[in-house]
Amino acid sequence: MITFHDVNKWYGDYQALADINATVERGEVLVVCGPSGSGKSTLIRTINRLEPIQSGRIEVNGEDITRKGANVDEQRSHIGFVFQQFNLFPHLSAIENVTLAPVMLKRANKSEALEQGMALLDKVGLAHKAQAYPAQLSGGQQQRVAIARALAMKPPVMLFDEPTSALDPEMVGEVLQVMKALAREGMTMVCVTHEMGFAREVADTVWFMDAGRIVETGTPEGFFTNPQSPRAQKFLSEIRH
Amino acid sequence: MWEILSDNWLLLLIGQYPNGPMGGLVATLSLAALSLTLALPFGLLLALGRLSSRRIFRYPATTLVYMVRGLPLLMFIFWAYFFVPLVIGRPVAGFTTMVVALVCYESAYLAEIIRAGIQALPKGQMEAGRALGLSHSQTMRRIILPQALYNMLPSMMSQFVSTVKETSLAYVISVQELTYAANQLNSVLLVRPFEVFALLALTYFTLNFILTGIARLVELRVARRRLAQPVQAVPA
Repeated sequence: MITFHDVNKWYGDYQALADINATVERGEVLVVCGPSGSGKSTLIRTINRLEPIQSGRIEVNGEDITRKGANVDEQRSHIGFVFQQFNLFPHLSAIENVTLAPVMLKRANKSEALEQGMALLDKVGLAHKAQAYPAQLSGGQQQRVAIARALAMKPPVMLFDEPTSALDPEMVGEVLQVMKALAREGMTMVCVTHEMGFAREVADTVWFMDAGRIVETGTPEGFFTNPQSPRAQKFLSEIRH
Repeated sequence: MWEILSDNWLLLLIGQYPNGPMGGLVATLSLAALSLTLALPFGLLLALGRLSSRRIFRYPATTLVYMVRGLPLLMFIFWAYFFVPLVIGRPVAGFTTMVVALVCYESAYLAEIIRAGIQALPKGQMEAGRALGLSHSQTMRRIILPQALYNMLPSMMSQFVSTVKETSLAYVISVQELTYAANQLNSVLLVRPFEVFALLALTYFTLNFILTGIARLVELRVARRRLAQPVQAVPA
């Protein structure tokens, strides 16, 4: 579903991603974790070309998205992305946030999009807030609308970039619940997160990153109980405190 | 002073209309409103050019904005006065000349206001649009500009106030606006220039005071809507 081939990325002299070679299978739920600055957000943002890479290639849904002349907009419409800061459109209501892209990109006419959008808001438990503007919603509610907005394009794969890091602790649960439900439906998911409970419950695989490299991969159970690399052992002992 | 006003308020308000072109305060306001409205699309284009990642758009737009901002308005008025008739091949009314000069001048200032408004939005807004599969221009049109233009309303109002003041320069090409009417009045009365020009000052001040007040109200509304909570008015 997603394949990285020898991916390298630099910011000037600083190497943000180094020799990434990895694959995410269809239906797999992957959790990427690691210390801050390890390149995990950069990695997930390269998958829909929010960050360009300097060498290597990335395939998504069987298409080389890093190819020159690739239709970036078309490819991005098949990849859902959820941001740490939600990034809802503040001048649009919740339902308008959800229906904007499908209507503009002619994936659905207005009434279909509305019906489908309401179903998605219902799925994230916010049908009753359809007419509310983002500023009238709590952080957790905003993030759930943002998930519905991404799902509205019916992407086969969803990317989550620290979706709960900007939330008050009591709102983390509601967002994770939506993500767990998605995982159980068989959605292919890549989640940059430190939520170990989430990883243990629904993730198939964990990648641990440090200094722009994937240092360790494994099952959540194996990784969290018995990390192999010293760096991962140190990281886990620190986040448990 | 008040009897000058009560005898001549109509002249100050509409000039010699209907025995001449619409003048006075009405002409001043129409000059400002019309010029700023017409300058808006040009300002928008210049702003988008300034922000473009392509040099072919960015360089000319930037050059134009810097050039206009480095030149006095009076010079634009003279240029419009001598060049517009040459270009279109027939004489042009003073009012039109002034509108042309103001549109050129204000476009550059509006461009900078619009650019600032766009840049003040969080980067995540453009990213969120692009991540959904919208193109740059689609995101600009539906996500960025509606927010930026709304947030810019207070700055636009201030720009309107300065444009109102700038219209007084139309006097030099004999456009019959407010300053022209006051000067006419002065020529008739001959011996009371202080009262006449005090009246002129008072008229401009009152108008702009009201406009600034409206700008403040708009500003509060914008701030309130942005934060979705009541904002306390800060004493001016």
